[in-house]
Amino acid sequence: MSDLKLFNIAEKSTWCPGCGDFGILASLKQAFAQLDLYPHNIMLVSGIGCGSKLPYYMKANGFDSLHGRALPVATGIKLANHELNVVAISGDGDGYGIGGNHFMHVMRRNPDLTHIVENNQVYGLTKGQYSPTSPRGFVSSTSPDGSIETMVNPMAVALAGGASFVGRGFAGDPKHLTELIKKAIQHKGYSLVDILQPCVTYNKINTYDWYKERVYKIDDEDGFDSTDFGQAWAKAREWEERIPIGVIYQEDRPTYEQQVEELQRGPLIRWSPERPRDVLEAIKLEFE
Amino acid sequence: MVVVNDMTFKLGGEAGQGADSSGHGFAKALTRAGLGVYGLQDYMSRIRGGHNFFQIRVSDRDVQATSDAVHVLMPLDLETVNAHLNEVVPGGAVIMDTHMKIEDSVLTARGVKPVRVPLSEIAQREGGSKIMINTASLSVAAGITGLPFEYIEQVIIDNFGNRKGSKVAEANVAVARAAYDEGAREYGPEFGFKIEPRPTKPRMLINGNQAIAFGAAAAGCRWISMYPMTPATTITEWLAARHKKLGIVVKECEDEITAVLMAIGAAHAGVRAMTATSGGGLSLMVEAVGLSAMTETPLVIVDAQRAGPSTGLPTRTEQSDLQFAMHMSQGEFPRVVLTPGTVEECFQAGWRAFNFAEKYQIPVFILTDMNQSVAIRAIDPDRFNLGEVTIDRGDLMTDADLDGMTEGYLRHKLTPSGVSPRAMPGHEKAIVFTTSDEHYEDGQAVEEAEMRVLQMDKRMRKLDLAAQDIRGPLVEGPEDADVTLVGWGTTYGPIHEARVLLEADGLKVNHVHYHEMWPFPAARTEQILKNARRVVDIENNYTGQLALVIRMMTGMDLPNKVLKYDGRPFTADEIARKVREGVMAHV
Repeated sequence: MSDLKLFNIAEKSTWCPGCGDFGILASLKQAFAQLDLYPHNIMLVSGIGCGSKLPYYMKANGFDSLHGRALPVATGIKLANHELNVVAISGDGDGYGIGGNHFMHVMRRNPDLTHIVENNQVYGLTKGQYSPTSPRGFVSSTSPDGSIETMVNPMAVALAGGASFVGRGFAGDPKHLTELIKKAIQHKGYSLVDILQPCVTYNKINTYDWYKERVYKIDDEDGFDSTDFGQAWAKAREWEERIPIGVIYQEDRPTYEQQVEELQRGPLIRWSPERPRDVLEAIKLEFE
Repeated sequence: MVVVNDMTFKLGGEAGQGADSSGHGFAKALTRAGLGVYGLQDYMSRIRGGHNFFQIRVSDRDVQATSDAVHVLMPLDLETVNAHLNEVVPGGAVIMDTHMKIEDSVLTARGVKPVRVPLSEIAQREGGSKIMINTASLSVAAGITGLPFEYIEQVIIDNFGNRKGSKVAEANVAVARAAYDEGAREYGPEFGFKIEPRPTKPRMLINGNQAIAFGAAAAGCRWISMYPMTPATTITEWLAARHKKLGIVVKECEDEITAVLMAIGAAHAGVRAMTATSGGGLSLMVEAVGLSAMTETPLVIVDAQRAGPSTGLPTRTEQSDLQFAMHMSQGEFPRVVLTPGTVEECFQAGWRAFNFAEKYQIPVFILTDMNQSVAIRAIDPDRFNLGEVTIDRGDLMTDADLDGMTEGYLRHKLTPSGVSPRAMPGHEKAIVFTTSDEHYEDGQAVEEAEMRVLQMDKRMRKLDLAAQDIRGPLVEGPEDADVTLVGWGTTYGPIHEARVLLEADGLKVNHVHYHEMWPFPAARTEQILKNARRVVDIENNYTGQLALVIRMMTGMDLPNKVLKYDGRPFTADEIARKVREGVMAHV
């Protein structure tokens, strides 16, 4: 286990008091420390939004990219240096809205990275518009009569999309969340950790209390097998009355980088850019 | 009168009839015969049907453009005859199947020789398939012009011998032999355009995309992520076909946004990375270009331009993305725009782009276009001088540098040059942090005015530094020219050739060619143009984008322009004609 303090940084957060992101930040640091990781062998890649500011508040390598674009940047970094522990961090708008196409395709590629989505079901940083995971009827500044769209179900989309690890956590239960993040990081392949995260300022529906009345730990269910797709699918569909948290689904599958021939000799960054002159001269002959 | 080694062949037919592949084979045979060869394919955006052609100009000189005049037309369908007969010169020939439905008198009225050979019958009889009609047609062309049969035979064996089994090769050789003999026997003696081999050392027949890809390979590019888009795709395909030999990761993505961002990620991690696209894909990459600049991540983007706006003419050429490349993405930041115009310049741009990108930690564009992507030219392999290739990674810290570091690492450290030492993430001495937000030296976001200004100034200083590395413009021709032709990128070839034509008229002409465009070599431009008598700007676009750059950067106006935006490349004759008209009108 590494020292938790290694991840501390002086930077003052811009999150609202009571924001669910604080619990997520604490759990992520705990998970890194407990897994004996260090700031220099972690790479946090985020998009834009309240949740995507998380890398600012932790000491580790970080790349705060563009809105919705954490996954492609993270994939590029991972494939160029697969020794880094890459964690992509986004919110629901970032990860499931503008970045939805990347989400679709990262799942089927299965690079070994963990994708944390701080899902507060609202656009917070732009001051309270409905998001892809806002429930039908959600009243916001851009849906004054209530949203008429069906919300994205990230668990079901991830299962259908072929994610090899699908998990859900709750910012109000940091201890459980820490364990879930640890499992996700240890998983070899793409791991989604969707985190129910109350927005105390702009989401007056999905509050801490709202979640506390509904969430339950899937591990407490007798006979639940997270390697059984059918059971996972049934759990993924649960929402209104009961909301499962924990590892919904997990399967062993080769990672993308395990299947790229060039990466079997070690990280791509270790290859010198100098190519042998004779190889290049020989290529010229192909044109004759 | 017999003309030797100065002619143009044109093979045309429907997509799927093989005008491209067999035309390329013919160009290869002519290259091996030691001749100057410039080949251009022209195709429509479809897999079958439509009208495609392949044009090959041959000379004792190193030819760099197509010409309007055609000497041997090889139509595989009637449409080709109708579309291109007017290009065939008197004394030229149309090689066609006996049954082609066109009256001989239509040809002979123009002084053009109908060369009727039972092409499909020969293909069927000797090769067992009418599909070999293209081989038959080209072999007749070789026969009437006197290109020795061995060149045709060897190309057929090279093309088919290993790939599809020797039976296909044998069948094609048999077809070629019969067609060649009939052409030589029946029409050779009277045909006035001849090919004579000029034995020389082996040369390369290469197009611009291959040259860019080869340049990138020589530069040590280890990563290309892309989304397929004509005409850029062949860059990636070329690298993908050699990925084992080269040790390069090739990643096809879900869209161009992903392609460019994966390249940024890979480059940030520490490899030389690129992406290649055309205008539509480039439009999707716009936001990421700013990310590369703000996070100071080296990035190489190839834009193979085609006629826009929007989908435009998807398989046709244009030079209309120059201002786009110079200005795309919000805010102000340093960038480099390279505009190669020959295969040699494509090769150079292919490797130099990575040095610009890594030395200055900025986005670098290589602008090529449809024409240059597919046009092939025969060159001496030494013109791709690997000894001249340098790999300059700029201020990239080694493990030893990092081991010895005593204070915290600052990714965006303020330095006099503007370049901050770059560390690859992963070393315990350096936490590498960056963001698309304006930032402090350590990468943390900042809103404070003072640091904003310091970081802006730091980034923009890199542009002044990069300007010192910019080469060109090239000037060819006499200093005291009557007319100065100005161009960039792929117009190099036709302008170069037009200069020859105009000089034959007695005009003194020089040519100013920009192959490295931005940061713009303004002082050299002023120096060159201030004494020029009459300047003509020649561009494959509507607005004269280079002329606008020159005006913006020097205050010099170039009112005389030859602009073309019909999706087709310039020919030398066309430029010469327009310049002549313009100059005469102003005498």
